[in-house]
Amino acid sequence: MEILVCVRRVPDTSENEIQLNSAGNDIERGDLVYSINEADNYAVEEALQIVAKAGGTVTVATVGAEDDEEVLRREMAMGANRGVLISDDAFNGSDGRGIATILNAFVETGHYDLILTGVQAEDGGAQVGGMLAALLDYPFASLVTSIEVLEDRKLKISREIEGGQKEINEIDLPCVLSIQTGINEPRYVGMRGIRQVAGVPIPTFHAKDLGIGPGAVGEAGAKVKRVDYFVPVLGKGAEILQGSREENIDRVLELLEAKGGLK
Amino acid sequence: MARIFAYIVHRAGVVDDSAYELAAAARQIDPAASLTAVLTGWGPDLDAACNAVRASYPEIWKIAHEALAYPNAELVRKALLQVLPGASIVLLAHDHLGIDLAPGLSIKMNAAFVSDVLSIARVEGDNLKVVRQEFGGQASTHVHCDARAGAVLTIRPGAFKPLANAAANGSVIDKSSDGILTAGRRYLETLVAETGDVDITRHSILVSIGRGIQEKDNVAIAQELADAVGAVVSCSRPVVDAKWMEKSRQVGSSGKTVKPKIYLACGISGAFQHLAGIKGSPFLIAINKNPKAPIFQVADVGIVDDILEFLPELTSKVREMQGAATR
Repeated sequence: MEILVCVRRVPDTSENEIQLNSAGNDIERGDLVYSINEADNYAVEEALQIVAKAGGTVTVATVGAEDDEEVLRREMAMGANRGVLISDDAFNGSDGRGIATILNAFVETGHYDLILTGVQAEDGGAQVGGMLAALLDYPFASLVTSIEVLEDRKLKISREIEGGQKEINEIDLPCVLSIQTGINEPRYVGMRGIRQVAGVPIPTFHAKDLGIGPGAVGEAGAKVKRVDYFVPVLGKGAEILQGSREENIDRVLELLEAKGGLK
Repeated sequence: MARIFAYIVHRAGVVDDSAYELAAAARQIDPAASLTAVLTGWGPDLDAACNAVRASYPEIWKIAHEALAYPNAELVRKALLQVLPGASIVLLAHDHLGIDLAPGLSIKMNAAFVSDVLSIARVEGDNLKVVRQEFGGQASTHVHCDARAGAVLTIRPGAFKPLANAAANGSVIDKSSDGILTAGRRYLETLVAETGDVDITRHSILVSIGRGIQEKDNVAIAQELADAVGAVVSCSRPVVDAKWMEKSRQVGSSGKTVKPKIYLACGISGAFQHLAGIKGSPFLIAINKNPKAPIFQVADVGIVDDILEFLPELTSKVREMQGAATR
């Protein structure tokens, strides 16, 4: 089974406090810790487990810039056979459709039985996998929480639906699946593993290598554009306790008692 | 403005709440636009669902086909593409079916796509300016969407308030056709949720933990507090993903819906999928290291602190009080 996993390097929101820049057109990126998008990492682990059972190779690709090579190397250290950087100035400002169009052109250069993405990245778009499948005319399933390889080029998959239920489907290969977090337990990657793949060349594909013309992708081809960032206001906001820890604990106890929480 | 269509989710003849929220979203985009509900399905269930949205939609398109009895996204897409006029605006709920269906639909319609829309900021001709969120709700953005060739938008459940006194009295139009519908993906069955040792939906106090608990061994810290205050421990998705707690303990749209009186959110950032599982307006106390965590926007009381230090001190203070009371 030849598997392609599309990944992305994102600011780690569990590690970072997101601040807006003064112009309001981006977040402050200077001090952010970047890592592989969490769901993408699960997707790579799933690909490695499938290949361990069914044979084949795992290719990890990202649409990005040189900085993004670090996540490709991390996933190669996990066991991916090949990392590919898809990069071109013409790709800047692409919307979801643009990214899917670029990936579609890359997929056409190879022969993949299965294409995996993470269910969503830091922008919460949850869109590229479904778009890529439609461009390729492959079947698609989102929110996938288990994969079993069947005979006759088919998979049995489960999807996460509401209330903890699982929807079981059969799907034909080749297909695109978007992988939900928690599907497996991604293996640990140590510094040593990353050092071992440090010298492995990562090929770069540019727009011309993929036959992507100007205007199809990038800002010119984008129907959807982010205008600005702003601080969200959802509710009235919590009363933030400003006391010392001890004072805050006393206040919480008072509140618990008042609300009937302490017998 | 183009025609607006809302794809309605229904189960066993009962329409999902999102049906009414989509109607409200459509009215925000353009109160004067022609608005149509589209429902796919089969049999009496489909007819019942079509009837149920007549108050909210002036026109209802019914697409009946045996293959659509269960909403398989690929089949639904094919059915929609047969009837939707070009350059339409299509609204869907940002739920598991919307995530499955909408991105591919936008490609096949050659239309713009924006997911998980929270509100409509402005409409100028065929340009929509909408609000969505990034970074797990830590930052909001305005997004411009060029809808000249149509647009597909998924709408966050709960973000739009259904219109009061809806009385559209819509008529149902049959748009079914007989052709054979096949897909590369076939629905087999639905497995019910796993039941665990503790039913978190039945407890009035929940000590709920998130990623901030950091490792499995620390779950005991929350358990000790829960024991002291007569609560049970629930959790958010990352805790289940990391296999620190059972799925049956998860609060959220893909987990359990809870209705406690008091909810202690400990190291939980407050992603909307998590908040969607908290009903009944409990008194919500949030403790989180990150002052920007979205949970503070919806909590009643917030404490910016490290739960790994705060919770054990809180527990020992509770025990101290209880010890004093029994003496």
